[in-house]
Amino acid sequence: MVSISAMDDMILYNRLQFAFTITFHYLFPQLTMGLSLLIVYFKWKFLRTGIIDYNDAAKFWMKIFALNFAMGVVTGIPLEFQFGTNWAKFSELTGGIIGQTLAMEGMFSFFLESSFLGMFLFGEKLLGHKLHFVTGLMVFIGAWASGFLILATHAWMQHPVGYEVLENGRFILTNFSALFKNPWLLPSYFHNQAASLITSAFFVASVGAFYLLSNKHITAGRIFVKTGVVFGLIASLLVAFPTGDMVARNVVKYQPVKFAAMEGVFETEKGGSEIILIGQPDMVNKKLDNKIAVPKILSFLTYQRWDAEIKGLNEFADPIHPTNVPGLYYSYHIMVGLGTIFIATMLACAVMLWMKKLYQARWLLWILMIMIPFPYIANTAGWYTTELGRQPWLVYNLLKMADGVSPTVSGGNALFTLLGFIGLYILLGLLFLLLVIKIVYKGPGSNLAVK
Amino acid sequence: MEIFWFVVLNIMLVTYVILDGYDFGAGIVHLFFARTDEEKQSIRNSIGPFWDANEVWLIASGGVLFFAFPTLYASSFSGFYLPLILVLWLLIFRAVGLELRGQVHNHLWENLWDKAFGIASLLLAVFFGAALGNVVRGVNLGMVENGISTQEPHYFFLALWNPTFDPLAEHQGIIDWFTILLGVVAVVTLTIHGANWIILKTSSPINTRLKGIIFKLNVVLAILVVLSAILWHYVKPVPLTNLRTYYWTWIFPVAGFVGLMGQFFIRKFKKDVTGFLFSSLFIFGSFTTTVASLFPNMLPSTNEVNPSLTVYNVAAHEYGLTVGAGWFIIAAILVIAYFVIQLRVFKGKMDDIGYGEH
Ligand code: HDD
Ligand code: HEM
Ligand code: HEM
Repeated sequence: MVSISAMDDMILYNRLQFAFTITFHYLFPQLTMGLSLLIVYFKWKFLRTGIIDYNDAAKFWMKIFALNFAMGVVTGIPLEFQFGTNWAKFSELTGGIIGQTLAMEGMFSFFLESSFLGMFLFGEKLLGHKLHFVTGLMVFIGAWASGFLILATHAWMQHPVGYEVLENGRFILTNFSALFKNPWLLPSYFHNQAASLITSAFFVASVGAFYLLSNKHITAGRIFVKTGVVFGLIASLLVAFPTGDMVARNVVKYQPVKFAAMEGVFETEKGGSEIILIGQPDMVNKKLDNKIAVPKILSFLTYQRWDAEIKGLNEFADPIHPTNVPGLYYSYHIMVGLGTIFIATMLACAVMLWMKKLYQARWLLWILMIMIPFPYIANTAGWYTTELGRQPWLVYNLLKMADGVSPTVSGGNALFTLLGFIGLYILLGLLFLLLVIKIVYKGPGSNLAVK
Repeated sequence: MEIFWFVVLNIMLVTYVILDGYDFGAGIVHLFFARTDEEKQSIRNSIGPFWDANEVWLIASGGVLFFAFPTLYASSFSGFYLPLILVLWLLIFRAVGLELRGQVHNHLWENLWDKAFGIASLLLAVFFGAALGNVVRGVNLGMVENGISTQEPHYFFLALWNPTFDPLAEHQGIIDWFTILLGVVAVVTLTIHGANWIILKTSSPINTRLKGIIFKLNVVLAILVVLSAILWHYVKPVPLTNLRTYYWTWIFPVAGFVGLMGQFFIRKFKKDVTGFLFSSLFIFGSFTTTVASLFPNMLPSTNEVNPSLTVYNVAAHEYGLTVGAGWFIIAAILVIAYFVIQLRVFKGKMDDIGYGEH
């Protein structure tokens, strides 16, 4: 039998590998999903107005899209495999349920996306503009359907529904439609999609700002900035309200201990809880250091009552505390903090745009340009909030991490593959950056053909 | 219901091998037989818009295996941990090689990714053949030592190899002389198949040369097939009960045989598609013959203590399988529709789509 510490190592490496590979994967789909919408918009705009610059814009972004999509594909396949390779026990016990939605993702969305992507990228001449637009629309639908089905899978792990546990520990599905009526699903889907739209809107606006600042490709730069700002403002607002609010309510309702940890609430306060803006969790003394807080706001935001009681972390038994409270707390505050900055930036840009001053306001364009990495950070932080907060559970309240790991894969083997993934992905990441920079530098218009 | 999913899974797997198989094969031809840049470009054109959709068949088969036969999925994926992760890395290299090559016009850069694409294709073919070899040979389920299981009866773990490379050793490895033999069979099969695809999809100067190569490789293949059939019975005798009881299952070996023999007439075919159809038929026939002779086993056990994993003892619960069949049929119709649309849009030769050129 395996010793305790060898077992801990094994779980650690498996967790690190999953966390690393999925974090890396998700850098790409968030752009895929958002950008597919923007490209469809550009193409539609061209069809309606006949202005060729919009068609050039669509073509330009398709090049980055294609590269990004390929990265999403190659980093996505390992994820699907890893359920079986690294979390075999989990797969065996819950496969009849989460395998269902995962298989649906493959059948309904990946086929749709990948078949039409080939036509979208290479078929403009063969198909003509109208049909070409339709293939773009199909790619968009496929990407968004894939997000929906993967989130349905994920929602079940956060809030299991429609199942029964057999004596041998197996979960069996008893109600298929419950998987899609899961109260966790729609809020997190809308929130996640709004967040992915933020990533792409900022990306497009940022490239536009770069062109305007460096006095190249001015027409394209203006189109990118304008479109990015309009979509970005809408998405930034949506991500906070109503969708951020909706997911937060789900957490309070179904996972109160996660909520206490992510908000940094250690003690239950009579007469209403304060909202923490800044502070560092001290896990030894179970309190928050150096905090800056506004009284009673948290209670109001959560329950619409100034004096509503929010359970503090210290009221829950230690073993069900999230295993990494500080990590969870910071992730959450980074996400919300950045969300606030996004709204502020986009509001400022939108006002200037409306006053027709944006294209000359270099300081603001500079800000827009350097914002490019932050939506990625916010998205990742959001996922860390969700996933760290789920610990120590693999399936919330039902199955612990330690009971889901592959019994026969040793820690040494898991570490070997973890290191391999790290090396490979660093290489991929660098290549990707290099090529995106190259495409951006070359710019739209000239010699554009994805022939 | 298990049987329905068993059939579905195998149809999806064989479709995967036929489709991504021509990709791999094209990669191998690209590595060994393409001489000029022009020939290489036309090979890449022939698979460019397709490889991604082909790979989805692997993902979707994985998904179906996961949900319909969770125990088999868990057992085999964790047991074949190392080769599977290696396959993932190879798939990444291959795709990256294909996609990144044309992004920078530099001789060294292009050479590097050409090789990455070719070598990854070659190794993938070896691995998939060896994988089939591992399934046929069976594994030490429950990791039995001295007659006692050290794991739950359906779990196992295989090292990459053992020092003797002997398939009958107690501590088996993924790679032994038997599985390597099947790996070679796969390489030859897919090279022929890929060459046929290139002939079908391009009018490259390489095509006439390829016909000669196919003919020679097919001779090698015929010998290898006979050899591996004999050795299979040495490594793990199969009683062939299914073939004896259900005469209709003879379709499978016959299909394989016709596919193999048809290939010998490669120089006479009037239509470019004929060769491709024969090599597809061979892949279909040999794959299904293997599956049919193992049935109902899906992963045979090599010890006496733990039973083999069969269609019946690894399946998910009935309710899930039944509702799954509902959505699956709808999805399958859609998939076929996309496929037809795709084939119609990209019908004929693809010589000047300029894949990967920007
Ligand atoms: C651009 C990215 C981004 C931004 C600005 C925000 N979020 Fe977010 N958030 C995500 C990106 C994200 C995410 C990565 O997409 C998550 C992870 C899981 C999910 O569905 O969305 C997420 C999860 C997530 C969760 C965790 C839900 C769970 O545990 O499952 C909560 C409570 C919030 N968000 C709330 C907010 C609030 C109140 C915001 C107000 C500004 C906010 N988020 C901005
Ligand atoms: C795309 C965004 C996602 C990110 C960035 C993300 C991040 C993470 C992280 C950081 C962990 C490690 C947690 C820990 O070990 O403490 C983790 C674990 C895990 N996640 Fe997610 N996750 C994402 C989406 C999903 C989805 C959609 C699913 C399910 C379909 C999922 C399933 C899992 C599983 C099975 C584990 C392993 C067990 C565990 O460590 O909890 N994740 N993820
Ligand atoms: C455990 C979690 C995940 C698994 C198993 C997974 C699996 C995959 C796979 C196999 C691909 C390649 C598809 C192809 O070949 O076409 C892919 C790509 C993609 N994934 Fe993920 N993924 C996960 C997390 C996520 C999340 C959290 C999202 C979004 C909410 C997402 C959305 C996408 C999208 C939009 C793509 C782009 C390419 C495509 O769909 O083909 N995935 N994913």
